[in-house]
Amino acid sequence: MVAVSALLALPILVVLSFVFQPAGDVWQHLLETVLADYVINSLLLMVGVGVGTLLLGVGSAWLTTQYQFPGRETLIWALLLPLSMPAYITAYTYTGMLDYAGPLQYQLREWFDWSYGDYWFPDVRSLPGAMAVLSFVLYPYVYLLSRAAFLEQSVSVTDASRLLGCTAWRSFRRVGLPMARPAIIAGLSLALMETLADYGTVQYFGVDTFTTGIFRTWFGLGDSSAAAQLSSVLLSFIFLLIVLERWSRKRARYHHVGIRSQPLNVQFLSGWRAAAAIAACALPLVLGFILPTGQLLLWAFRTADQMVDAEFYRLIRNSITLAAGAAILAVFIALLIAYGKRLSPNRIVNSAARVAGMGYAIPGTVIAVGVMLSLAWLDNSIDFWLRRQFGISTGLLFSGTLFALVFAYMVRFLAVSLQTVESGLAKIKESMDDVARSLGYRPKEVLRRVHIPIMRGSLLTAGLIVFVDILKELPATLILRPFNFNTLAVRAFELASDERLADSAIPATAIVLVGLIPVILLSRAIARSRTTTYVDRTNSNA
Amino acid sequence: MKIVKFLSLALGVMLLGVSVGDAQEVNLYSARKEALIKPLLDEFSNKTGIQVNLVTGKADALLKRLETEGANTPADVLITVDAGRLHRAKAAGLLAPINSAVLQESVPANYRDPENYWFGLSLRARPIMYALEKLDPNTLTSYEDLADPRWKGKICVRSSSNIYNQSLVASMIAANGEQQTEQWARALVANLARPPKGGDRDQIRAAAAGQCVIAIANTYYLARMTTSKKDQREREAAGKIGIIWPNQNGRGAHINVSGAGVTKFAKHKDNAIKLLEFLVSDEAQRFYADSNHEYPVKADMEPSDILKQWGKFNGDAVNLSLLGKYNSTAVKLMDRAGWR
Repeated sequence: MVAVSALLALPILVVLSFVFQPAGDVWQHLLETVLADYVINSLLLMVGVGVGTLLLGVGSAWLTTQYQFPGRETLIWALLLPLSMPAYITAYTYTGMLDYAGPLQYQLREWFDWSYGDYWFPDVRSLPGAMAVLSFVLYPYVYLLSRAAFLEQSVSVTDASRLLGCTAWRSFRRVGLPMARPAIIAGLSLALMETLADYGTVQYFGVDTFTTGIFRTWFGLGDSSAAAQLSSVLLSFIFLLIVLERWSRKRARYHHVGIRSQPLNVQFLSGWRAAAAIAACALPLVLGFILPTGQLLLWAFRTADQMVDAEFYRLIRNSITLAAGAAILAVFIALLIAYGKRLSPNRIVNSAARVAGMGYAIPGTVIAVGVMLSLAWLDNSIDFWLRRQFGISTGLLFSGTLFALVFAYMVRFLAVSLQTVESGLAKIKESMDDVARSLGYRPKEVLRRVHIPIMRGSLLTAGLIVFVDILKELPATLILRPFNFNTLAVRAFELASDERLADSAIPATAIVLVGLIPVILLSRAIARSRTTTYVDRTNSNA
Repeated sequence: MKIVKFLSLALGVMLLGVSVGDAQEVNLYSARKEALIKPLLDEFSNKTGIQVNLVTGKADALLKRLETEGANTPADVLITVDAGRLHRAKAAGLLAPINSAVLQESVPANYRDPENYWFGLSLRARPIMYALEKLDPNTLTSYEDLADPRWKGKICVRSSSNIYNQSLVASMIAANGEQQTEQWARALVANLARPPKGGDRDQIRAAAAGQCVIAIANTYYLARMTTSKKDQREREAAGKIGIIWPNQNGRGAHINVSGAGVTKFAKHKDNAIKLLEFLVSDEAQRFYADSNHEYPVKADMEPSDILKQWGKFNGDAVNLSLLGKYNSTAVKLMDRAGWR
């Protein structure tokens, strides 16, 4: 366990080690010219996406858990759909629809006989545009976790608050929200980490953030040390986020108190209230999924005859196999680390897991470089040693294989699986462990027979989120993949970066469709989770 | 534990798959997109029986991969879409000189490395484009003219993070010196119609839609819009755009290459050189010209019909390795000039 977590932290530590290398006059140049822009834009983007995801995510989660209104059952799972959209693809579609040269503005100009400068229209490709697009895509993290938290809140507490005369709003603000805060902040920090790591959207929108700065410094100025140093500044942002998250969790421990036997008392809405609730919940869905997929499908139909061939099906197979395998592994490792920490808090594991957990907010390319450096060093050392001892050359064992790629995914997405698994585990009272142990189970058996059945929902959630994330992942896949191995994301990116947006729509649609499968599974699991938890709990003792 | 056994088995299978080495093959790291190179590679395999293994990616990432893999790298050939990266690869000691009469004869001297570390395979011109109805092309004859205040609010160009702009500015540094180029860049930024965003096609579309009058873009983007089968609006937009070949009385229009080199530690060096020689054959050059509307690097080959319509022009004859040399100077200069 120590070895696993240390290994996962290695690539990030390798990147960090560049901090101690002299970077020449590049820093001076950055300070004088663009660094302030990077910092300000990144911060503004985080604030914007934070507000956006909270409004869309918490609002819809509260409405769908506390109220009954027409269409609620559909919305409950449909609200997760934007999870399957890669942010950069949503960005392409909105640009396609709303740009100056796009169809909407074109029509407006035709109808009213306007030309450039005659009318005002918001510019999609701008900082506010990036905030909006990222919020549309990332709010499901907040929705997912806060909805689970709202559901888990003991009915009696909410009922009590209402009995004590709280209005619905007051009950939300004084009871629902504070009790769900750890979950909301966990979701928010996932969304914000993704925001920091985002490259595709901000680059396409021409917003200079830390991430684009890292790439510019590295590629344009050819200075990888300065780029790595910028990455470590980025890490300090993330560190702040993590501290915030831990702090909010440490304030109190939230276990279930008492066992619920009846479903939450949902309140029925009708008339304009129901309409307002439907509108409020449908808005994120329309913005995050229906509009962008609509545009994608329009493009896809135009190009389908050229783009769908045998190679295309191979791409789908590659993408699914890779993402599924890596997701299972990610959950397994997260379970290993989380349970190990629970059994015997170990400082090395703790800090290694925390370092590896930062991977989520680091741009994929930077992780990929860390992985390349680590593995190439390992390979070349093995090769060197074997050649000297036995005269055998192994060449590169790990570099350029699927192993390298899966390793990078673990580093990049461990935070997701670990956070979900840890929060699932934390909800199981430690007294349960004690009881099981006193019945003579060994720790491994306790995990298998008690914890895993209880937290099946959390494990499933972790696996599915990682699956979708890997499906969408681009930069690390692009640079680490073996010869002759392509995925849907790689294909979509290659076409889009060649400015063939319409052609990229087919692989992009496929990513969305494949991503939908786990998202739907996930939503169904969530819909069931309220009752199954307790069924399982009784079964596990049988 | 079952899972551990399973994982080590999977790992074993994976490693087994990699360690096949001595077949007739050549391994390629390519910054050129798969769609724009794969048909050629397949043709090469058909002809020679040599299998080509391909990884595509961004040039800098591929360079980094090559660098970290060191002497054990499987890659034999590196293909990039700009000369600057090839220069960088050479400077980092990742390439080996190539001794091939075919390549030397086919590729003009300014489109290859003076010491034969890399060779250009196709040419990409970056002229000035304009909205046909809004500008008299005789009033604008050079890149330097774009600094004229009368174009205030009329120019569209993409971000300076893009390698094509970096190379253009590097070529201007080579021609006019750093100081003068910085003044030019400042004046250009002051003339922009909007903050730089999107790709080359976006600039062309914006000019066609009236957001600006002048755009800087590579010719093949306009050519692809013109030939877009499915999208009528793209064709309409392209129809409103004309091309100005700049600096025809001076150094000529800015040209970059897509090119290739053989890696220093290539295990299949002969096959690698064969592949490069194939890529400058008439057949391959025709593919570059007709499928992607690039200019063939061979002087005696005709470009595609659309490119022919835009007329002949003089290209900047500067040796392209200078583009690599001045690349970081260019980026810093654009940072200072506020070119995002």
